[in-house]
Amino acid sequence: MTDKNKTVKILQGNEACVEGALLAGIRFFAGYPITPASEIAEGMAIRLPELGGVFMQMEDEIASMAAVIGASLTGVKAMTASSGPGICLKQENIGFAAITEVPCVIVNAQRGGPSTGLPTKPAQGDVMQARWGTHGDHSMIALAPSDVNEILHITIKAINFSERYRTPVMLLLDEVIAHMREKVNIPTNEEVEIIDRKKPTVDKENFLPYKADQDLVPPMANFGSGYRYHVTGLIHNEKGYPTANTKEIDQFLRRLTNKIELYKKDIIIEEKFLLDDARIAVIAYGSVARAAQRTVKLAREKGIKAGLLKLVTLWPFSDDTINQLAGQVDLMLVPEMNLGQMVREVQRAAEGKCRVVSYGRVDGELINPMEILSKIEEESKYE
Amino acid sequence: MNNSITQYFREEMFPHIWCPGCGNGIILGAILRAINSIGWEKDEIVMVSGIGCSSRITGYVDFNTMNTTHGRALPFATGIKMSNPNLKVIAVMGDGDCAAIGGNHFIHSARRNIDITAIIINNMIYGMTGGQYSPLTPTGKFGSTAPYGNIDQTFDISALAASAGASYVARGNIFDVNQTTRFIKKALLKKGFSVVEVISDCPISFGRINKLRTPVQMLEWIKSITVPKTTWEKLSEEEKEGKIPTGEFLDINIPEYTDKYQEICIRVQQGRREK
Repeated sequence: MTDKNKTVKILQGNEACVEGALLAGIRFFAGYPITPASEIAEGMAIRLPELGGVFMQMEDEIASMAAVIGASLTGVKAMTASSGPGICLKQENIGFAAITEVPCVIVNAQRGGPSTGLPTKPAQGDVMQARWGTHGDHSMIALAPSDVNEILHITIKAINFSERYRTPVMLLLDEVIAHMREKVNIPTNEEVEIIDRKKPTVDKENFLPYKADQDLVPPMANFGSGYRYHVTGLIHNEKGYPTANTKEIDQFLRRLTNKIELYKKDIIIEEKFLLDDARIAVIAYGSVARAAQRTVKLAREKGIKAGLLKLVTLWPFSDDTINQLAGQVDLMLVPEMNLGQMVREVQRAAEGKCRVVSYGRVDGELINPMEILSKIEEESKYE
Repeated sequence: MNNSITQYFREEMFPHIWCPGCGNGIILGAILRAINSIGWEKDEIVMVSGIGCSSRITGYVDFNTMNTTHGRALPFATGIKMSNPNLKVIAVMGDGDCAAIGGNHFIHSARRNIDITAIIINNMIYGMTGGQYSPLTPTGKFGSTAPYGNIDQTFDISALAASAGASYVARGNIFDVNQTTRFIKKALLKKGFSVVEVISDCPISFGRINKLRTPVQMLEWIKSITVPKTTWEKLSEEEKEGKIPTGEFLDINIPEYTDKYQEICIRVQQGRREK
């Protein structure tokens, strides 16, 4: 290495998540042991005391999520990590974070489900849970990196989004990339863009804790800073007090969704690969996206005009890109380690402009490039 | 010094939602008098609640306040205290809130001995949802989900807290409110996990189904079933039946959790893995 400032390490995916989180300013982590996410807690247990941050192993997943929200209210960047069964338990307080607009990040190293399922094997069965897991209307940001280096950088993005939009953000790993070891470029502190939540600019007497700015996000005061206010999981007005006023309820719930949906252009991260002249588009995310990238190259070698749209942001969904692409290609193939979850979103966004085909695998093995290629070849016969 | 507790109210939140004769207001008064006599600033106090009638307390007081999810007041409070140990953190819970859905959090908060004061309003019923029996409904009493009498044994949550690792545990009632206020003040000042259980009433959801229809009847009943600890110890097993001891059960000084965590941080930053 010639550049002394550049650090390159071989890291496990979960370790890369820890590094990214600490670079982005996470100083509170609460968790509970679970495969395949435990290495994130273990890494935090080592690193956070070095930085004067807090690591806590709580009595359960529900408490971990609660502690993270409590910590965030004091102005500390906070996150937790788990997998399917634990994410189910966290849903109650993920909803609380959404309605109270408390920034936090939840990592889900996905394993096979439902229930205990396949603790040591990968899956992508939680992508709809990430969006709709907690009850009631709310929007959600969910990001899905596809390799270890990307985990570090997307973890930073997830934390920044949570601060920018005052919302819980779900970071979806899967067992493959969580446990795989790869080369990671670790940026310096100076190279990392950090976004912090907005602080109130009005004086304490005129502070309305849930009065949003033009961007639909209210500035957030730290507990103990002198801006005393009430935080409640009940639908509340601009003062933060419970309301039964139909106008206030409607305004609040629409704002909660719109503060994310109206800014989805800034949130959606996607990568296009060989799509310019493609007649077949593979739409993939997470570890499957890297298999699909290889597939597309192999298809091209065989003279099949295939391309890849890799989704890093799963929620909000890439409706516009998919709709546009659907007008260009004959076929969209959606390989996923589930029985067809995001393919429904692709179908919806494609609006019937092209054929949309699902390829699902749920036997605990990752999807390899050759099987996606076989599927492309099989489906090409119908074109 | 301003001795009026109204200085702590968010007056625009009144009238409150509690029924006439409810003990919640008495306990809120006791908490505020205790805070006032200590002299803490509003800015340094965080009050956290769960769900139920008791949880509405946090809406009425001008501190940093939080009305969280059912049973979860303590883990939220834990996150707050750990990330800013200078804050004075108080969790107010109901009996179902604390002992049923939040039971695990209660045990583990005591086990950590984290410097949080837990105040449990024990009205022996789920009041807000209409009188279902709780883990603290006395055996044999009635609830909307115990129409033929409650067959469950009750928890002794003060004994539970003491055995789980707390530093201070006391039980008062809404009848002897001065004593309850003294207990709360001691709990607030205790460095460590402190618990004050307050035997309270619910004329609407508990009283009506248990032939204690009026607040006065309920208060007299509470007076009749609560016995000072010193008297309790002299009673025979038969005489103890249906009675609840009150008083201070535990008052010890043991290492506190945020202090212990801070020691780890200092040690690690000095490059020492072990003590």
